[in-house]
Amino acid sequence: MDMTGEYRIPAARQRVWEMLNDPAILAQAIPGCESLEKLSDSELQAKVKAKVGPVAATFAGKIRLSDVKPPESYTIMGEGSGGMAGFAKGGAKVQLLEDGPQATILRYEAKAEVGGKLAQIGSRLIQGTAKKMADDFFGKFAELAAAAAAPAEAAAPAVEAAPPAARPTEAPPAPAPAPAGLAGIPWIWIAAAVVVLVVLLWALFGG
Amino acid sequence: MAEKGIGARVPRKEDLRFITGRGRYTDDINQPGQAYAVFVRSPHAHARIKRIDKAPALALPGVLAVLDGQDVAADGLGNLICGWLVKSKDGSPMKMGKHPLLAQEKVRYVGDRVAVVVAETLAQAKDAAEALVVEYEELPAVVDLAGAHEGPLVHDEIPNNLCYDWELGDKAAVDAAFARAHHVTRTELVNNRLVPNAMEPRAAIGHYDPGQDAFTLYLTSQNPHVHRLVISAFVGIAPEHKLRVVAPDVGGGFGSKIFIYGEECVVLWASKKIGGRPVKWTAERSESFLTDAHGRDHVSRAELALDKDGNFLALRVNTKANLGGYMSTFSSCIPTYLYATLLAGQYKTPAIYCDVQAYYTNTAPVDAYRGAGRPEASFLLETLIDQAAMEMRMDPAEIRRKNFIPKTAFPYQTPVALVYDTGDYEACLDEALRLVDYAGFPARRAQSEKNGKLRGIGISCYIEACGIAPSAVVGSLGAGVGLWESAKVRFTHTGKVQVLTGTHTHGQGHETTFSQLVAEKLGVPYEDVEVIHGDTEKTPVGMGTYGSRSLAVGGEALVRACDKIIAKGKKIAAHLLEASEADIEFRDGKFTVAGTDKSKTIGEIVFAAYVPHNYPAGLEPGMEESAFFDPPNFTFPSGTYVCEVEVDPQTGEVDVVKFVAVDDFGNVINPMIVEGQVHGGLVQGIGQALLEGVRYDAGGQLLTGSYMDYCMPRADDVPSFEVHTVRGTACTSNSMGVKGCGEAGAIGAPAAVINAITNAIGVRVEMPATPERVWRAIQSRPMAKAAE
Repeated sequence: MDMTGEYRIPAARQRVWEMLNDPAILAQAIPGCESLEKLSDSELQAKVKAKVGPVAATFAGKIRLSDVKPPESYTIMGEGSGGMAGFAKGGAKVQLLEDGPQATILRYEAKAEVGGKLAQIGSRLIQGTAKKMADDFFGKFAELAAAAAAPAEAAAPAVEAAPPAARPTEAPPAPAPAPAGLAGIPWIWIAAAVVVLVVLLWALFGG
Repeated sequence: MAEKGIGARVPRKEDLRFITGRGRYTDDINQPGQAYAVFVRSPHAHARIKRIDKAPALALPGVLAVLDGQDVAADGLGNLICGWLVKSKDGSPMKMGKHPLLAQEKVRYVGDRVAVVVAETLAQAKDAAEALVVEYEELPAVVDLAGAHEGPLVHDEIPNNLCYDWELGDKAAVDAAFARAHHVTRTELVNNRLVPNAMEPRAAIGHYDPGQDAFTLYLTSQNPHVHRLVISAFVGIAPEHKLRVVAPDVGGGFGSKIFIYGEECVVLWASKKIGGRPVKWTAERSESFLTDAHGRDHVSRAELALDKDGNFLALRVNTKANLGGYMSTFSSCIPTYLYATLLAGQYKTPAIYCDVQAYYTNTAPVDAYRGAGRPEASFLLETLIDQAAMEMRMDPAEIRRKNFIPKTAFPYQTPVALVYDTGDYEACLDEALRLVDYAGFPARRAQSEKNGKLRGIGISCYIEACGIAPSAVVGSLGAGVGLWESAKVRFTHTGKVQVLTGTHTHGQGHETTFSQLVAEKLGVPYEDVEVIHGDTEKTPVGMGTYGSRSLAVGGEALVRACDKIIAKGKKIAAHLLEASEADIEFRDGKFTVAGTDKSKTIGEIVFAAYVPHNYPAGLEPGMEESAFFDPPNFTFPSGTYVCEVEVDPQTGEVDVVKFVAVDDFGNVINPMIVEGQVHGGLVQGIGQALLEGVRYDAGGQLLTGSYMDYCMPRADDVPSFEVHTVRGTACTSNSMGVKGCGEAGAIGAPAAVINAITNAIGVRVEMPATPERVWRAIQSRPMAKAAE
């Protein structure tokens, strides 16, 4: 299945890139994330608990990054196994586009393939589940972005500074970016695998 | 006729327990110390198993065993088999890929068994299955027939995935007839793959008793003795005399519970591996979708040669059949001997040739499903004839009538091996046309048109060969077993009757039909007859229930056992009545000295047999007789089905508004049960025509894997059927004159529905004729294009 989409994140592009490189932030933002571990500069391993319709499982997976152009774009490929629930694999091209100095548009094109019970029972539910997980992720991500920004600004409380959900269009600009966190070679969490879940997440979090 | 004897509409005695929730199915059985099995299945359509790490599963609480294909190999267990050897055109035997109980080296379809986990509780077994680590190296998969010949190899040792390339008929005669034909009708068609969907999923409890060194297997089976035979002789888990197989109440089979699958064997073996505790497995519905042998899945090219008057000259058919990842128990004979032999239909077509290529693909195994080969043949022939009628501007009823085998021509040798014993095809056609008011159709069509609907009428004249089978015939065609049947009639002291049958009832109502038969034959009250089946330790060896054989074959064995009872009773009666045995007549439960009023009831005779104080010298006491019956031929039920549909051109939705079924089942024991069987078959046939269809994606993932995506017919999808059984032509292969009725509906219905849709919209739509397909077909019509 193919998926495309974009999100507007109320933070500067460099800041978004850095946050996407911060395993602590990602682990907090990914719904159901149980662990996130860096294997090498371009490889990451994750465990995510997810439920697609009637199929619930813990997905363990690996992802690899390529064509990394900080802070503009990267390609991510991955696969994950959900045990009795089946597997997911796929890839995504992710681009971060500046939308003024205080906002970034994240655009993705993802392709995913699922197998086993996920395909048998969950396939018609995957797109909806992926969408909801992505929304949950970005809500949390924006909140974390705002919280990180708040001390630097010493200004308004985080909730006001950044609305809870990042939306493709209406989200107002976030406060100025915080100082850079981690630098270095980008990589992403990615969970593995659930199905689209993961694939969509791959798409969304880039390095 | 006795009140509840032959021909009476006796309500089914088994329904009391079924409709009050008192049926006893395999999953209802629980035994002390019972453990639970969960199968770990492949999520990939085709992959190499790189590594299985059992340790994380074994470490979990309650886990008793984790077994995989290496354990199966280490214990020297045999592979699952296909019991019918089909040979290719060149005489070479079919190429049977190895089918181990648990996958070894490779997995070949999504759902293939990789390992089994046995634990104290079902939840613990599921948790451990989740923890088992299986690493795969994915391989490219071949999913459909179009790609099978050139595709990746499912079994590395079988070139082109071709299991066999088989033929039947006189090719030269057919080619010659085509060369002189006035008209040739050609088509290509798909017979859609179906999931059997028995209401009760497969289940099994295996139990090894170390004290007796003996095995018991409870399972969902249509043929417990065949299970016992294969599990002992081929798989080699237990010797046959140390294995008891019990199939208690079984909630539907439609063929899918004939077969010997891996799961049932594995729980039996696993019980011994864990020291002799019972091991239970009940399939989840998801597993049923993935692993119960699917049905149909043919792609065919068919050509019919006609003379200028519409007489059929010859039929030429090429079929590619999908076998799935492995051969199943009878999968080789379905697209060959149960298919091409039926291509003569009800017609006197003088020359027929069919060749069939059967391919492995990375999909679930395909085997018999209600009708098994015969629905495919009937659908192909009956839609092709409608197309020919359309092309030659002939009435579909008249082109059939013109080509029918006349009723004076029986017995009739077809060009495709079968000899039809009896039939009167015109009688069924006439009756069906009368009941549907064929002449009034144009007026009904006009009325529908006023309502914005397209109305169509479709005829299907089916024939089937059932009551399988003459052992010598099937043996000569490659069957590995005989297909006779057995029965035992046992009287008790008090005159009650136990009937032990080698057949198995799982919805057919044998307990009622056989009781009626015995009540009629022996003159005992219907209520005094008890039918016992499904337990290899109680019943005589039998071949089971499939191919509409239970009455025609098993019932005849029962009749013959009754005859032996009567013959013995005459000896006893002659002694007691001081008459010659030759003068004793038996009627309505009484042994009478001919021409006198001296008589003894069968109850008195039975009592004398068990209390032989005054008894013929040299005669064995007791009253228990058994018989085996091997029929001389198949039975050939036939009939005409007429379907009327209304199609909504805006949405493509098809409404089956009228369905008339007229069948010739020979003589009928219980018309109500027969009508019920026809109703069920028609619903399944309409399901195939309009709703059901298995879809795998290009990678071999089953997309129609639940009732969200696989559409089963419901009550509002079918009309109120008009089912009539004509005063049939008695079958000559059994003394009752009965033919099988279990599959007819599923065989005849799809073509009637599709022909009706074609008649309504002018274009033939592939099955299932979903609203989307019908709507697209309407849009593609030349008229629709011209209007644009």
